[in-house]
Amino acid sequence: MEEILKIEGLSKSFDDLTVLEDINLTVAKGEVVVIVGPSGCGKSTLLRCINGLESIEEGKVLLDGETVNPTTGNIRKLRERIGMVFQSYDLFPHMTILDNIMLAPLKVQKRDKAEVKKEAEELLARVGLSSKKDNYPRQLSGGQKQRVAIVRALIMNPEVLLFDEVTAALDPEMVREVLDVILDLASQDRTMIIVTHEMAFAKAIADRVVLLDAGTIVEQSDPISFFESPKTERAKKFLSTFEYSKQ
Amino acid sequence: MDLEVIRSYIPLFAKAFFLTLRIGWIGIALAILIGMLSAFVLYFRIPMLSGFIKFYIELFRNTPLLIQLFFIYFGLPAIGLSISAEVCGAVALGLLGGSYMAESFRSGLEAVPYIQTESAMALGMSKGRLFISVILPQAISISVPAIVANIIFLLKETSVFSAISLMDLMFTAKDLIGLYYDTTESLFLLVIFYVIMLLPVSFAGSFLEKKMRYSMFGD
Ligand SMILES: Nc1ncnc2c1ncn2[C@@H]1O[C@H](COP(=O)(O)OP(=O)(O)O)[C@@H](O)[C@H]1O
Ligand SMILES: [Mg+2]
Repeated sequence: MEEILKIEGLSKSFDDLTVLEDINLTVAKGEVVVIVGPSGCGKSTLLRCINGLESIEEGKVLLDGETVNPTTGNIRKLRERIGMVFQSYDLFPHMTILDNIMLAPLKVQKRDKAEVKKEAEELLARVGLSSKKDNYPRQLSGGQKQRVAIVRALIMNPEVLLFDEVTAALDPEMVREVLDVILDLASQDRTMIIVTHEMAFAKAIADRVVLLDAGTIVEQSDPISFFESPKTERAKKFLSTFEYSKQ
Repeated sequence: MDLEVIRSYIPLFAKAFFLTLRIGWIGIALAILIGMLSAFVLYFRIPMLSGFIKFYIELFRNTPLLIQLFFIYFGLPAIGLSISAEVCGAVALGLLGGSYMAESFRSGLEAVPYIQTESAMALGMSKGRLFISVILPQAISISVPAIVANIIFLLKETSVFSAISLMDLMFTAKDLIGLYYDTTESLFLLVIFYVIMLLPVSFAGSFLEKKMRYSMFGD
């Protein structure tokens, strides 16, 4: 397996709060890694370190051998290769859906307008939103906005896609439409790192599940082992928070 | 009120009106320019300049235009720089307005959520590119109501120009009252001309606010 992303001994703190401690993680091309863990355990911070939105004190993030460092000149080039979708629908509210999608390929990658437009329209069709291309983000539902955000990341042709709880702010009936889009991406052999609280989805999409707790990796394994026979007490306890029974 | 008097005064007032309008709008254009540049300096926290801009804003927001006018009009010649009353009026208005506009633009810039910057960065955009394409358009649209309010405020402030002998509306009214005691007619024309000057701005302002919101955010 060819590795695309390598995290080596990564530690990160905010002032005197240590958020991540000695994280080591290697992701292979085409692999889908799902990161789960309780709220506040450092999942978002880890994703943000991967695309250089946070500075790193210790350790390294390597994309195909190149160090991701927010203070060096090549960070923008690296970010083009790492797509990210956030929890809050973060579309640009002053642009139409099509313009949202086309902005970065045109201005950052300087690609040909007609070609970009064609690809944007194809991608929109693929997520079922062709009819919304001339609308503004406000006119879309949360689920629709997240699908556009995914397309906006995809059109850059990233080698790795990061998803940070992209359905956490959605009404339950909209979760499915967004997760289906991500499942479709997995079937195209995209490399993805997905942070989610949707356990059924995690089980279905993951090649590997990583449990993060208090800034360290507690357990990682294939989804069947992780969900059906977790090894650590911490993992068992975490998984039990998703089970319900009448007292 | 004597309609004949009013009719005979209209040309004088019209002349003063255009003078006031001209200086007013030059001053406002200057204010918008100064305000924008100042807001950029504050938003990007440019070292040294930020402190200077903060000082400038506090100084001009907390002194009356009349005093600023006097300082520029009588103060500059004292250090060997003489400028005409017209230039002085426009400059003073521009400096006063700049301090207000700076605050309006700055709060517009700061009202744009940080996640917008981060999403643009995640797409590989440079600081400059994301500022121009993502932050600035949203900030301007948020600032429009405050900017329109500032413009109206500044146009009203033009009424102190007469203090440096600019033949503006106020000067004309006072002059005619002093000369002929046609107080009612002069004050009537003064009010009318100020209303003529401000009403279109008010209307254009609310139209622009709606229009901007629509073209910016689709609602
Ligand atoms: N910019 C920041 N400044 C200070 N503390 C932060 C910052 N961002 C996150 N944290 C803290 O880091 C910890 C991990 O946060 P986060 O990565 O968002 O967790 P998760 O995504 O797993 O819920 C939390 O305790 C949070 O309060
Ligand atoms: Mg999070």
